[in-house]
Amino acid sequence: MNLIVIFIGAALINNFVLSQFLGICPFVGVSKKVDSAFSMGMATTFVMVIAAMVTWLVYNFILVPFKLQILEYVAFILIIASLVQLVEMFIRKVSKPLYDALGIFLPLITTNCAILGLALNSVLKEYNFSETLIYGVGAGIGFTLALVIMAGIREELELVDIPKSFQGAAITMIIAGSLALAFMGFAGLI
Amino acid sequence: MKEKTAIQEFVKGLWDENPVLVQLLGLCPTLAVTVSAENGMAMGLAATFVLICSSFLVSMFRKVIPGQVRIAAYIVIIATFVTIADRFLAAFAPDISKSLGPFIPLIIVNCMILGRQEAFASKNGIWRSLMDALGMGLGFTMTLLVLSSIREILGSGTWFGMDVMWGSFSPWSVMILPPGAFLALGCLIAGANWLNNRRKA
Repeated sequence: MNLIVIFIGAALINNFVLSQFLGICPFVGVSKKVDSAFSMGMATTFVMVIAAMVTWLVYNFILVPFKLQILEYVAFILIIASLVQLVEMFIRKVSKPLYDALGIFLPLITTNCAILGLALNSVLKEYNFSETLIYGVGAGIGFTLALVIMAGIREELELVDIPKSFQGAAITMIIAGSLALAFMGFAGLI
Repeated sequence: MKEKTAIQEFVKGLWDENPVLVQLLGLCPTLAVTVSAENGMAMGLAATFVLICSSFLVSMFRKVIPGQVRIAAYIVIIATFVTIADRFLAAFAPDISKSLGPFIPLIIVNCMILGRQEAFASKNGIWRSLMDALGMGLGFTMTLLVLSSIREILGSGTWFGMDVMWGSFSPWSVMILPPGAFLALGCLIAGANWLNNRRKA
């Protein structure tokens, strides 16, 4: 039961993009087409789940026993950067089509604050291993959801007459605001 | 392109290449912490501190760091200064540190800071990099201060904790909730565009 609550909480109620403001850069940058938004979301989810697991293991089995919590940030960001590299090489070897589809998005993920935010949050909330795993999956799905909805709206937006000052980033922010308003409705779920 | 003087490097960050309004970098902390003017200010100053220190180190070592591992090297340098800033805030301003929560550590992946290292500090001397970092940092802090002031005044009727609105004003609580952050920033960016368009015309 607890796991379900964590999952829904991470995916909908505390949606990473729309209520915690994590991963705004790809949200604004890669949400022009539904296809690429979906690929980006999937790649991010993938890295998120692995990063959540590895950082949890490193934190609890290396940093805590040796009392090195002060190195938390440096350690986490190094883990994430090397993980993204590994994942990139792995995908290139195993599945060429998937690599071509994700290609340019993979390196971008290193600087996606949603990944580091996820790792830091699960330490902050003192989740155990399975909770961290579910938290990662939920957060990834929530991120993908927000990205795809946004891309769908922006595709329609191409045909709309927007005041000159609002074109580009400004209208994206306003739409994100309305989406965030809509996602607040999920607050009653649990 | 003509070489800019150090002063011009400083000034460009304030408006022409403002990191938030023009380059759309560092949006995550911009949106998340601007609930009150105090938080926005603290966040801006913390990011400025990290930016200046890392620009200094990166430009000093720019000829030593090998090209293939430069991003990793930048990130480690940034993460070190972020840890310092985080410990400093936790020791001297525990309330602010608590309300900023994970967003202080998240300065590490703030694309504004990494972007300046990659685009500027790694190619320029120490003095010019410092001026650039100072300008970008101040531009970032100013934008955060304006955005958080708008949100705090409309959303709670206060500014830096003082009452500023008239008695019968009822706060627009949406402004301090997540949607308000997006709406306020959207309007701010549109305002900046409008001003720039007018200036050009």
